[in-house]
Amino acid sequence: MAERVGIEVSVAIGDAARLANVDVIAAYPITPQTHIVEHLAELVANGELDAAYIPVESEHSAMSACLGSAAAGARTFTATAGQGLELMHEVLYVASSMRFPVVMTVANRALSSPLSVWGDHSDVMAVRDTGWIQIFTENGQEVVDHVFCAFRIAEDNKVLLPVMIHLDGFHLSHVIEPITFPEQSKVDKFLPPNSYPLPLHPDRPVTMGDFAPPIIYPEAKWAQEVNLRASKETILKCWQEFADIFGHRYSPVESYHGEKAKTLLLTMGSFSETAMTAIDKMRGKGKDVGLVRLRLWRPFPFEEFRRAVAGAETLIVVDRALSFGGPGGPVCSEVKAALYGEAKKPKVVSFVAGIGGRDISPSDFETIVNKGIKISEKGSPNEFEIFGVRE
Amino acid sequence: MQNYGVYVPRLVTKKENFAPGHRACIGCGEALAVRLACKALGQNVIIASATGCMEIVSSPLPTTSWKVPWIHTLFENTAAVASGIESGLKMLMKKGRIAQQDITVVAMAGDGGTSDIGLQALSGAMERGHNFVYLCFDNEAYMNTGIQRSSSTPYGASTTTSPAGKVSIGQVSWKKNMPAIAAAHNIPYVATACPSYPFDLMDKVEKAAATPGPAYVHILSVCPTGWRCPVDLSVKLGRLAVETGIFPLYEVENGQYKLNFDFPRLKPVTAYMKLQGRFRHLSEDIIEKIQQRVTTDYAELKERAVEG
Repeated sequence: MAERVGIEVSVAIGDAARLANVDVIAAYPITPQTHIVEHLAELVANGELDAAYIPVESEHSAMSACLGSAAAGARTFTATAGQGLELMHEVLYVASSMRFPVVMTVANRALSSPLSVWGDHSDVMAVRDTGWIQIFTENGQEVVDHVFCAFRIAEDNKVLLPVMIHLDGFHLSHVIEPITFPEQSKVDKFLPPNSYPLPLHPDRPVTMGDFAPPIIYPEAKWAQEVNLRASKETILKCWQEFADIFGHRYSPVESYHGEKAKTLLLTMGSFSETAMTAIDKMRGKGKDVGLVRLRLWRPFPFEEFRRAVAGAETLIVVDRALSFGGPGGPVCSEVKAALYGEAKKPKVVSFVAGIGGRDISPSDFETIVNKGIKISEKGSPNEFEIFGVRE
Repeated sequence: MQNYGVYVPRLVTKKENFAPGHRACIGCGEALAVRLACKALGQNVIIASATGCMEIVSSPLPTTSWKVPWIHTLFENTAAVASGIESGLKMLMKKGRIAQQDITVVAMAGDGGTSDIGLQALSGAMERGHNFVYLCFDNEAYMNTGIQRSSSTPYGASTTTSPAGKVSIGQVSWKKNMPAIAAAHNIPYVATACPSYPFDLMDKVEKAAATPGPAYVHILSVCPTGWRCPVDLSVKLGRLAVETGIFPLYEVENGQYKLNFDFPRLKPVTAYMKLQGRFRHLSEDIIEKIQQRVTTDYAELKERAVEG
């Protein structure tokens, strides 16, 4: 029987990786991700997880060791956050470009300077274009479910791409939540052993990671782009099958009273559950508001997104990262771009909130929505509003 | 026994795992070193290569010179990639997903990829004790990008970023002692080699591959392009580097130093330096300074080897 337990989300991720029977973990400690890899190290030390734990000397080497391990055909897992994700930056491109099905949980964290260990999405947005499949989660159950889904998607021979699972640092990584763990037999059935098609092995020598002159580089990159976009089909199929077996349903864009609402709020990550509380409260007061949550960040779910906001008059996007000197929050820019060609589209208002771990309460979301509606009606001299900042 | 010199080369495999047709410069000592190393490593090997000359000349898409499994990812992470391959293979064998087999995992990089940008990843991999061989092909500068100085560039050498000028002698720091750094990690095997001594090089690479745990071989690779010397002098210059004591050939096995080629009298450093354009500008007193340093360093090494 599936077991429902109260457990810290980070620890639960370690347990999920154990159920996923990972072969290699290469990781470097960084707050707020440390509890994940601590637990994995513990599981390996106690013989509960038969895996090689490589305690590397940096995140750059963590991801680099993951490349080697994945190239050998091993199921490979790591976790990081904030500065660690940035230190991995160039290696992330290599992981996706060389088609290595690495899975990584990212406990989203703000970037220095000033130093902040607390949560926001600055780290994610900086690695937006690295070619990874990127999925946002809102609660512990979703993270655990996605450890299985991520390996299933990543290792699918039609996909062969690395997957990042985003969870908000502290707000999600460090909370204790009730989580249902599936039985090992069900996980094994859902997640067959990794079958990397051309692993490094003397029996069948392959050359990996050549250099490409201009005559071939664009074709190589186009193939990668086509592949990442096409992965959506496998992602949708995986989620469908996951729902059939485990009963938890996921979609690229998820709506909460959003279908017919005049005003929509758009969020990503654990913020979304706070926003839901605000939506409930406002709807209780008769306000015509709903919520749209972006789960699949890459590949961007254009169709699903456009459908989800098609009927709204105002779309208020709440980013958790700044795009310095840019047109608004990074998610908002994407959203605007996705809607630009549409004949009928909502007015888009950009807010940045909750950076560096600043808490955003349900009543803050109410304020954001009310302010957003006003901006949408009267316009604003600013490209975006940063919520609650003391100037 | 009198035909030893004729007989021994015949024992070396004719099989080339680093295939001809690559795009290395004429007279490249590094390509020669890689070729010899590959002969010594044989078939049961996986090579992780850093960005650099050997990577760029051997793998322009859609061609390859590698007849063994080979991977290149980035510049500074080769030792980390190798540690991932080694761990991955170990687990797959343990779990019975691939057959138990002795596969040598090798990391290859140049001097920049080793002693500068890749030093941290290498230190980490050696400290963690992965079973792998690290081969540093040292041509004493960033030759692939156009002869820029590295920490492995010798004192006084003129490079494009340590140019000799009216107020500069060229490189103003002494060559970083990478083998000593490797040895300081207390790994079981460290050696220096040079393709001008092909059998010694192959023996050392073989020995490194047979060593359980990390093994490091530092290979001086003459670069006529960067050293500004005639292309037919590669082998000779490698010999002179050893005979002058500038690049002594030695091993450090479990901390024990062993000098492989000792000379009752070292040739003067000028015998080596005068053949290279990169040292052409040096004054006699600078050359004398270099001579003194080489003499001292060699004496120290010899003493350590005797002590060992």
